[in-house]
Amino acid sequence: MTSSSPSRGKWSGWLLVSPLVLVLVPFFVLPIVIVLVASFLESDGFGGLIRTFTLANYGGLLSSKLTLALYLETVKFAALTWFFSLIIGFFVAYFLAFHVRNQLLAIGLFLLCTVPFWTSNIIRMISWIPLLGKEGLINTALIKTGLIGQPLEFLLFSGFAVVVAYVHQLTIFMIVPIFNSMARIDRRLLEAAVDAGTSRFDVLRLVVVPLTKSGIALGSIFVISIVMGDFFVVKVMSGGGTASVVGAFYEDIGVLQYPAAAASAVLLTLVLSALVLLILRSVDIRREIAQ
Amino acid sequence: MSKDTAGPSAPARSDVAATGEGLNRRTFLKAGAATAGAAAGAGAITGFPTIWAQEIKDIELRHVGVSYSVVKAIGDQASKDLGFKVTMQNLDTSAAINRFVTQPNSVDIADVEGWQSKVATRRGVIQGIEVKKIKEFDNILPIFTKGEINGHKIPRQGISPYEAMYIAKSDATELNDGVSDWMTFLPQVYNADSIGYRPDLVGHEVTEWKELIDPKFKGKAAILDVPAIGIMDAALCFESAGLIKYGNKGNMTKAEIDFTIDKLIELKKSGHFRATWTTFDQSVQLMAAGEVIIQSMWSPAVAAVRVKGIPCVYAPVNIKDGKEGYRGWCNGMALMKHLSGKKLEAAYEYLNWYLSGWQGGFVARYGYYSPVPSTAKTFLTPAEWDFWYEGKPAPAVINDPYGVPMEQPGAKRDGGSFLERVTNISCWNTLMDESAYMNKRWNDFKVA
Repeated sequence: MTSSSPSRGKWSGWLLVSPLVLVLVPFFVLPIVIVLVASFLESDGFGGLIRTFTLANYGGLLSSKLTLALYLETVKFAALTWFFSLIIGFFVAYFLAFHVRNQLLAIGLFLLCTVPFWTSNIIRMISWIPLLGKEGLINTALIKTGLIGQPLEFLLFSGFAVVVAYVHQLTIFMIVPIFNSMARIDRRLLEAAVDAGTSRFDVLRLVVVPLTKSGIALGSIFVISIVMGDFFVVKVMSGGGTASVVGAFYEDIGVLQYPAAAASAVLLTLVLSALVLLILRSVDIRREIAQ
Repeated sequence: MSKDTAGPSAPARSDVAATGEGLNRRTFLKAGAATAGAAAGAGAITGFPTIWAQEIKDIELRHVGVSYSVVKAIGDQASKDLGFKVTMQNLDTSAAINRFVTQPNSVDIADVEGWQSKVATRRGVIQGIEVKKIKEFDNILPIFTKGEINGHKIPRQGISPYEAMYIAKSDATELNDGVSDWMTFLPQVYNADSIGYRPDLVGHEVTEWKELIDPKFKGKAAILDVPAIGIMDAALCFESAGLIKYGNKGNMTKAEIDFTIDKLIELKKSGHFRATWTTFDQSVQLMAAGEVIIQSMWSPAVAAVRVKGIPCVYAPVNIKDGKEGYRGWCNGMALMKHLSGKKLEAAYEYLNWYLSGWQGGFVARYGYYSPVPSTAKTFLTPAEWDFWYEGKPAPAVINDPYGVPMEQPGAKRDGGSFLERVTNISCWNTLMDESAYMNKRWNDFKVA
């Protein structure tokens, strides 16, 4: 470490990056490469891979109407979840950052937001079922008060239920980065805007939103990639009434069709990477965070 | 520098751990085996003369499979009776077969269905079970050794256990038709699945599969969402309604798959299905929470609904005019290829223990059957035997395996006696030749 040769900078650079490389190569790069290779092989129908190069897995995938239907369905859930978690997440963060004057209280309330996340995702999702069911709390209450005669069936085992569960699970991923961005905003900017006669709405629109773009972008990446990579919530909350991209290739794995599943996984990775790139193009997160 | 000290210290530490564990386990062992083993060093016998207590105490068998077949209470009892440790690990059907195929060394005893044993055999991850080492083999019901019972041929639509049970040599990769010296898996538990319904809300007795797709149950029906077997339940419905006649429900042609899925999509679009379910608990919840009043269901799930005080009946769908019938399934134990020496001997002891009756009695109390009912009978009260196997009215209160009262005196098992039920199985759980295509079409149904 004490050597002062000219290559020192280069070597210490490699040394610094080595822990990350040691983690990423075996646990990220290698699995992805294996999946990529498998997606070009044939299946023997019994979980074995036949080592002949084929494009049939991608051909089948890209020519199937099912793929389109699955992506439409998954993108629909991702978009709805993104929208609602953004709205709720933004205003919760806004309240915490700007309306709670006492910083200790703000942090306390912020921690309170994380309390539901001390239990598992699955429990939080499943606890919606007795609430939303045909004989659940909401329907029972509505029937008893005479507002409806028949239970509302759309509440459970529906797209509605799926979105409710996702928003409940994922809003925290919006709150955290947005709150973080807002906390960095210089309060004097807001005061200056108000002094200059800007309405509260315009302050929000013209000052706060642009300055929290990086938080919104980060939160969006979390929410969209989690929804698109999930199948369990869709399966349970839709009552098996609809499918998802991941759910479909999980079924392929269930019957040991590894190459077909691998091709689906590669396609999803590409689609998600494109989405993330698109988000990153609109916001230079690295610059914003470094500020 | 630190490398030098890390080297020797690592094994030393693991030595200490091993000794500590050994001592701990010894205190848990049954008194006789432990003291004899510790004192004499060798020569102590627990009642299984082939294995020395000293040598078995550190053996651990990992029995892996689905929750309704690989049950912790059974593993605990086996550990107690055998003197070595059995660990039960649960996975769902598809995760289980994937683990057997891709990480065979992480499993000792694979709990497989007939079709899974076919896959595992083909992949060469299991070794044959030597028939002559299975003590109760001659008492195993002819369903498994001859493919028949009481002169009734067990149908072979789908993959019947008999069909997937035998191989010619220990390391064969193809199945053998008929009894040989080697088995792929030893059956341990099986049953016949049909429909569960709420008699109070359906209003009449259900004995045919077509009721499940009857428009009058629109929005109140559910079907099983495990593609390989869900499609068979659907096929039973459509055949029952006279819409189609399948060549083999357990191995459909592409055209038959298309017909079945298109019909399912039609039903789904008309709002017929309230939901689909994948796990035992989901099916219980759907029925108990009033979401559905008729659905394809497993017999213990029906019992679980009844335990909650909600009326629920398991439909007896006896075969008539070549239609209807139960969908049968059977789980059994396969020995993974890596087992050898003492561990293999312990595995055989474990297999033999399974057929010796305790397990048969245990599973009978939630409605499942043993391949050797003669030994299970010795672990059941006469009342239990009459109720579960003979299909007679319960002479006394019937408890579930954990002692919770389940049926009142006078209650009768839905579907009747063991013989009546098993002779009305018309197809078995399977993996079709066209499974990849079927899966894609099933997803069409899901996303429709």
